[in-house]
Amino acid sequence: MVSLSDYLILSSIIFCIGLAGIFINRTNIITLLMCVELILAAVNTNFIAFSHFLGNEAGQIFVFFILTVAAAEVAIGLAILTLLFRVRGSINVDVTNSLKG
Amino acid sequence: MNNMSTFDISTLSVAVPEIFLLSAIVVVLLLDLFLTKPFKQATYYLTQLSLLITGVMAFNLIGEPEAIIFGGSFILDDMASVFKVFMLGGTMVAMVYTRHYLEQHSLFKGEYFILVLLSVLGMMVMVSGYSLLTLYLGLEILALSLYTLIAIARERAGAVEAALKYFVLGAIASGLLLYGMSMIYGISGSLNINEIANFAANASLASREMLILNFGLVFLVIGIAFKLGAVPFHMWVPDVYQGSPTSVTMFLSTVPKIAAVAMLVRILVDGLGAMHAYWSDLFMVLAILSIAVGSVVALMQTNIKRMLAYSTISHIGFIMLGFVTGVISGYGAAVFYVLVYILMSLAAFGIIILLNKKGFEADLISDYKGLSKHSPWFALMMLIIMLSMAGVPPFVGFYAKLFILQQVISAGFVTIAVIAVVFAVISAYYYLQVIKSMYFEEADTKSEVTAPMDMQLVLSINAVLILVVGLFPDFWMKLSISLF
Repeated sequence: MVSLSDYLILSSIIFCIGLAGIFINRTNIITLLMCVELILAAVNTNFIAFSHFLGNEAGQIFVFFILTVAAAEVAIGLAILTLLFRVRGSINVDVTNSLKG
Repeated sequence: MNNMSTFDISTLSVAVPEIFLLSAIVVVLLLDLFLTKPFKQATYYLTQLSLLITGVMAFNLIGEPEAIIFGGSFILDDMASVFKVFMLGGTMVAMVYTRHYLEQHSLFKGEYFILVLLSVLGMMVMVSGYSLLTLYLGLEILALSLYTLIAIARERAGAVEAALKYFVLGAIASGLLLYGMSMIYGISGSLNINEIANFAANASLASREMLILNFGLVFLVIGIAFKLGAVPFHMWVPDVYQGSPTSVTMFLSTVPKIAAVAMLVRILVDGLGAMHAYWSDLFMVLAILSIAVGSVVALMQTNIKRMLAYSTISHIGFIMLGFVTGVISGYGAAVFYVLVYILMSLAAFGIIILLNKKGFEADLISDYKGLSKHSPWFALMMLIIMLSMAGVPPFVGFYAKLFILQQVISAGFVTIAVIAVVFAVISAYYYLQVIKSMYFEEADTKSEVTAPMDMQLVLSINAVLILVVGLFPDFWMKLSISLF
């Protein structure tokens, strides 16, 4: 039997990988989007695990909404990325440095 | 889960402003598709009309008894209604300024207005959200519309870059907020704010429950601080303010702040009010850092949008100080500050947009040289705005700071108040620098103000209101306190 804490440990590991990926990554913006997805996956795992062990469906419903929002978010993120490629010709993190002061 | 099984259609009357706005968005979106070039202005007027009608509906709901509908996930109280009225009014003013900007820079597109309306809908949901789910959904409706709104100037590299930065940091913030929400849900077993409040009030100190609540709380505070733009989660603010088209900067620096404060009140004051001792410490650090960084870093800016971004960060610090106090009058002072900040910020960006021309952004402080010569009236308006932001009496910015500091001192944090005042004095330097350029330097080029009359009129009223509300602040202060 997998216990609640196993799920929570798994989700916190995924969460940390996602967060670390965002801060360490210095090359590609698509990797950033993948890391954001990892964070959301960790949150979803949390909600489903809690929901199952509490016997309360609200958490699972929340997950459906997170999935939907994540899909919309990625669509917008990729659209912005396409625009960036059009104006800059590259999607490396280091091209986004014209705004400084 | 108590009232989930009963659904009564008459309870929908509580959510009438949101329902109307959603229908209006659909109508405006469809109409805009079929409007040909000469009638494109209709989208603008329809947007204003929808905002006005929604505002009247929200205004009529002020004073209604508190009602919680949709299985406890949507609340109508005076705070929600008053915030909605201010948000809708602020958006209407912002749209008047926006039209001038869009026409000057050939960005006048129907999508712009649709996205603004959608973000307003998201903010209304946030303000009325009474479960973690509705708050999150409102926040995302707002954020997704704002990302797109920034990227609407798609040929400008700066705007696209700003959109990307806002997107990435906004997504991280939502992720952190959600992680905190999942922890709170896991331990309290409910998404509803009032059930979370009951749970937090009954959890004993130093128990395992309290530990997990605290763990979630930290993530919630970080997420909210990201959205508010408090130091050290402020990295996106200056870049986004500078890179976005000025009309978008104006919108995202004003109205969404009310929604962010409303979310803060719902989660931390209504929901986790029992844990005030824990989050107020975090807030105190964030607030002092924000005031310090916002005041000092702004000194070396040459771009006025970037300068206003740092000024926003320091204003956010003052707003957070109001929540540190933990008393109702302190929360009231914070809400008063946020409303005053909206008034000042709208006017400040209004002036920047007023001086915009085709191919000229007026976003450098040096662009304001000699403004008093060729446009004395608007130089005077800018003088009022800058003095008010710096906190000089009798303008309203002074009273906003005064009320916060009074509450902070009566809560016993005298050192904090002294630090805040010192940095407020330092920040006066950069506001005065703008005034110096307007009044004591010669203009490089002479330029006339070409903005339409409606914008000039609204902008003048907006700036004069800063003085008028400053002369009679009592009513607004009482209103702000009565919301809690």
